Amino acid sequence: MGKTPPLQPHQKADQKTKAHAHWHDNLRLMSILLFFWFVVSYLLGIVFVEPLNQFQLGGFPLGFWFAQQGSIYTFIILVFVYAHAMDRIDRRHGVNDGQAPTSSGHSSETLE
Amino acid sequence: MNIQDWTYLLVGITFTIYIGIAIWSRVQSTSGFYVAGRGVPPLANGMATAADWMSAASFISMAGLVSFMGYTGTIYLMGWTGGYVLLALLLAPYLRKYGRYTIPEFVGDRYYSQTARVIAVFCAIFVSFTYVAGQMRGVGVVFSRFLEVDVNIGVVIGVVIVFFYAVMGGMRGITYTQVAQFCVLIVAYLVPAAAISWQMTGWAIPQIGFGSTLLEGQHAGMALLEALDAIHRDLGLPEYTGAWVDGKKSMIDVLAITMALMIGTAGLPHVLIRFYTVPNSRAARWSAMWALIFIGLLYTTAPAVSAFARVNMIETLNEKPYVEAPQWFKSWEATGLIVFKDLNGDGVIQYSGDAQKNELMVDRDIMVLANPEIAKLPAWVVALVAAGGLAAALSTAAGLLLVISASVSHDLFKSVLWKNMSQKDELRMARIAAAFAVVVAGLLGIYPPGFVAQVVAFAFGLAAASFFPILLLGIFDKRTTKEGAITGMLLGIGFTAAYIIWFRFLDPTATAEQWLFGISPEGIGTIGMILNFIATITVSHFTPEPPIEVQNMVDDIRLPSGSRDIG
Repeated sequence: MGKTPPLQPHQKADQKTKAHAHWHDNLRLMSILLFFWFVVSYLLGIVFVEPLNQFQLGGFPLGFWFAQQGSIYTFIILVFVYAHAMDRIDRRHGVNDGQAPTSSGHSSETLE
Repeated sequence: MNIQDWTYLLVGITFTIYIGIAIWSRVQSTSGFYVAGRGVPPLANGMATAADWMSAASFISMAGLVSFMGYTGTIYLMGWTGGYVLLALLLAPYLRKYGRYTIPEFVGDRYYSQTARVIAVFCAIFVSFTYVAGQMRGVGVVFSRFLEVDVNIGVVIGVVIVFFYAVMGGMRGITYTQVAQFCVLIVAYLVPAAAISWQMTGWAIPQIGFGSTLLEGQHAGMALLEALDAIHRDLGLPEYTGAWVDGKKSMIDVLAITMALMIGTAGLPHVLIRFYTVPNSRAARWSAMWALIFIGLLYTTAPAVSAFARVNMIETLNEKPYVEAPQWFKSWEATGLIVFKDLNGDGVIQYSGDAQKNELMVDRDIMVLANPEIAKLPAWVVALVAAGGLAAALSTAAGLLLVISASVSHDLFKSVLWKNMSQKDELRMARIAAAFAVVVAGLLGIYPPGFVAQVVAFAFGLAAASFFPILLLGIFDKRTTKEGAITGMLLGIGFTAAYIIWFRFLDPTATAEQWLFGISPEGIGTIGMILNFIATITVSHFTPEPPIEVQNMVDDIRLPSGSRDIG
């Protein structure tokens, strides 16, 4: 485990709020993205497929397009947005990897 | 050069590359063997995950299944991609931050219980073995058709290759061969798809050709999907794009199966452990994105391939005299995967939705492999598809074998049976376990239990009902206790396995009316998962809360910084 120097009590409290705020932002982002995940796959691709098939997208019935193409494109966009937005959330709360020195200093060969 | 020469050449070249990588990436440490030293860059891990994930089923069988199912094939397309959203958002970054070697290890630590860990080991081994048997069979089919060797010799060749790089290189060897295998399989999938799309619609991008107008054939001038619907109507089959028509699955069943496949994807140990190999949580998030892009490339192409193949196959064969049937028809007939029975004795092939009149049986598994020949593409493209199919099967088999090996050496021996084992002994144990698993997988490929193909689909239901809820609650709910987790896992997997065994093997003639809520055995994992959640949460509520160290550990894995790198 990363050997950080022991923290002072006020630093500990700080870290706790920081962690809490980061988790809160993470959960909010996640809920929004999962909402879209649900709508595109289960609602547009399955539950409302027949009403949507009344419309055409090029040579595709729209519902069929969502089921076999659109949903997959949306999944990719959602995961991209998540990775990108989480980088910003990490930076805002100062918990981004790469700058955190806590994990350095021991090799990958270390045993538990 | 004919197809067979080309196949020998391309398969020979790709196998040499895989062995070369195996020699270059030998490992001497447990960290190298289990998690590739955690030094895999996100892009490379994305490719490796994609190859790990896309199995013989995705490459060889899926487009064929969709081709016969039409709209209902959506269950595979969405089910096997949507799970990555769950994986990327809900599991991968946290499992990486936790940073050990196996999934049962996480279960054991989070639920402060060896019992939970051992149950998880058995779930992982069971799921992985059922899955790997199917891969070896895929290797055998490709060998027997394209190299004209016996299926069993094909399996043995596959076993030797996997043995070489999985036992020597462990996760490191597997990872970099998977990167190479991804490149082979995606090129092998996209080249013929683009060629066929261009031939039929004038668009070289299959995703666009899928929605375009046919240039030639009996339905020239019609949109591809419109033509397919018309063809299906003429033959007395349900419309291709139709959703809730007679002869197709019901809405509730489609919902349940899609959900079971998605959740199962997110709960499969061989996919989850790939995220242990990257340097930190952030890299885990980005590599999940790369993985989904690479998987999406194949999964958005597949339904287009299905539609092209369907039109091509019916237009080429239906109402044609048997003696004039093309060469590929004869080749596949010899393998028994295409069967023509001249019911009315007129010497003409008649394909029909009416079982009494239908004279043509085409195995779903051959659509992708036969497609380039049906479309009269050059021999090297046909050979490329064979090499791609092998890459897909071998890469997935290797990932699964590593799960089995790590579960045995790390979770059973190191933690339960032989606690003071040295690193050297553990590494030797891991290699022995991997070697043993490869041999068993080969035997399952040579002597497949009759139900392998069906069981593979159920691996998802079992993974969904056992692992996913426990992993999710372990990260998102600190109050979840070991008693809750153990009850949940046993109930989830027990219920799902019982339902599958009952309706698939003991009472296979049961109809949708007898199924619980009209959900088929393929989709029952969704109900198993819900039961697991309910049981875990309820029991946790009435049992003492987890120790403070465990709650601190959960707090720690929720934060991305300082990803641990311990053994």
